[in-house]
Amino acid sequence: MKIQPGIIRYAPSAAVVAALLFAWEAVVRLGHIPPFILPAPSLVLTTLLSDRTTLFASLVVTLETTFTALLIAVVGGLLLAILFSQWKWLERALLPVAVTLQVTPIIAIAPLLLVYLAPQSAVLVCAFLVAFFPILANAALGLASADRNLVDLFALYGASRWQSLLWLRLPAALPFILGGVRIGGGLALIGAIAGELAAGASGRETGLAFRIIEAGYRLDIPRMFAALALISFAGIAIFVILSAVSYFLLRRWHESALDEGN
Amino acid sequence: MNDALISFHDVGKLYRNGTIALAHVDLAIRAGEFLTLLGPSGCGKSTALRLIAGLEKASSGQVERVLPHKPGTIGFVFQEPTLMPWARIHENVLLPLRLQKVPAREARQRVAEVLALVGLEEFGKAYPRELSGGMRMRVSIARALALRPALLLMDEPFAALDEITRFRLNDDLLRLKKELATTIAFVTHSVFESVYLSTRIMVMAARPGRIVEEIVIDPALPRDQDARASVSYMDYCRRASRALAGAAAELPPQAEGSKTP
Repeated sequence: MKIQPGIIRYAPSAAVVAALLFAWEAVVRLGHIPPFILPAPSLVLTTLLSDRTTLFASLVVTLETTFTALLIAVVGGLLLAILFSQWKWLERALLPVAVTLQVTPIIAIAPLLLVYLAPQSAVLVCAFLVAFFPILANAALGLASADRNLVDLFALYGASRWQSLLWLRLPAALPFILGGVRIGGGLALIGAIAGELAAGASGRETGLAFRIIEAGYRLDIPRMFAALALISFAGIAIFVILSAVSYFLLRRWHESALDEGN
Repeated sequence: MNDALISFHDVGKLYRNGTIALAHVDLAIRAGEFLTLLGPSGCGKSTALRLIAGLEKASSGQVERVLPHKPGTIGFVFQEPTLMPWARIHENVLLPLRLQKVPAREARQRVAEVLALVGLEEFGKAYPRELSGGMRMRVSIARALALRPALLLMDEPFAALDEITRFRLNDDLLRLKKELATTIAFVTHSVFESVYLSTRIMVMAARPGRIVEEIVIDPALPRDQDARASVSYMDYCRRASRALAGAAAELPPQAEGSKTP
């Protein structure tokens, strides 16, 4: 009998995760560790279910921030990369600013943003700032990576700037752009969480990071773990979704998306 | 020569890094001929082709273009197939037609025509990666022919292919040349290929890139696989080889392998 290759591929990682959870559960139970020191995975799951109304409402808030920030970062990063590819002096002029924003830790910028902006906007800007740069950098690299001979060919046939951009530079840049979006997606979540942590209780609608702080004050450790687990799941989901989008768009032609034996 | 499509008058090309790619080159491409620039790597033969195409400007001298300055009068085939990997074969061939705003119906018909010319009519829907190297090169040739160019430029198009495929494509190219009555300027470093294909060969030498000998091939020379073993074919090959060797021997020994500063 032939086993599905998908099962073989994912079996090792699933086994590792299962083993880790099992070991964790065993240590807590056998060692009689109290839940406020370390809750067992089963208790975290129970807490997740019993507190689902609050926690999932917070998850939605955090995800909204993340995806709004990612969307703005994609649109903004792409537009700026296109401008960079058309006018090199613009790249030289603006890149230092972008790099400075990128290398300054977001957690250090967040309190300042909270001084000037409403909490919701400040959190959004935090998420945007960290997601923006990898998308910009990758898109700029991609737009400059078109095959030189194809560039010559377009010139030979009198292609306009616009035609070269649309039919050559953008498609050639697509794998790079998608790579940037995939990194940016994960970073947007991190930025949103960092922003929420800095904002604390000042927001009207509160995200998952605030739930963690709140549970920490109450020494509700199982709930902290439950919120943390949700953040992890959200991060994994974002990565999987963006990878799927990338695969779907590139599967016909790009090396990265080709099946083995093809 | 009044039937020249393009002529070089004392053309020189100096690259910014100091390499003299071409020096004092006089050259004319005459309507209907198959002209080959034959030479070792670094002799400026590809540069000459790029000057003809207008992709680069001469540093000195003059490139006179009798052909109309309209995109599409010159087709270019690169050393690699240079296809857009994200586009299907028919979309790749359609590209020049689209850029030149040929009406969609006519364009579609032309694509079918040129794909049939290179024997790939059934592969229009395929993606480049699904084809072999030889087939990809045929697509590249089909694309270059799509706008029915008066002059077809080919920069070592078959250099990366295996010999069997290369011989087949040589024959295909001769057939296309006859059917379409295009003028072809071809660049190669293969003596055998140059004699087999051309009506005229310009033998070039490196450092600086220049033309050292012109060999006119008798149009009556049979061009089929048997002819590759014929005495007259071998004679031409010997002549071209000697010209290449002679040009190489002229160089002082220390210049061999060293770059022009």
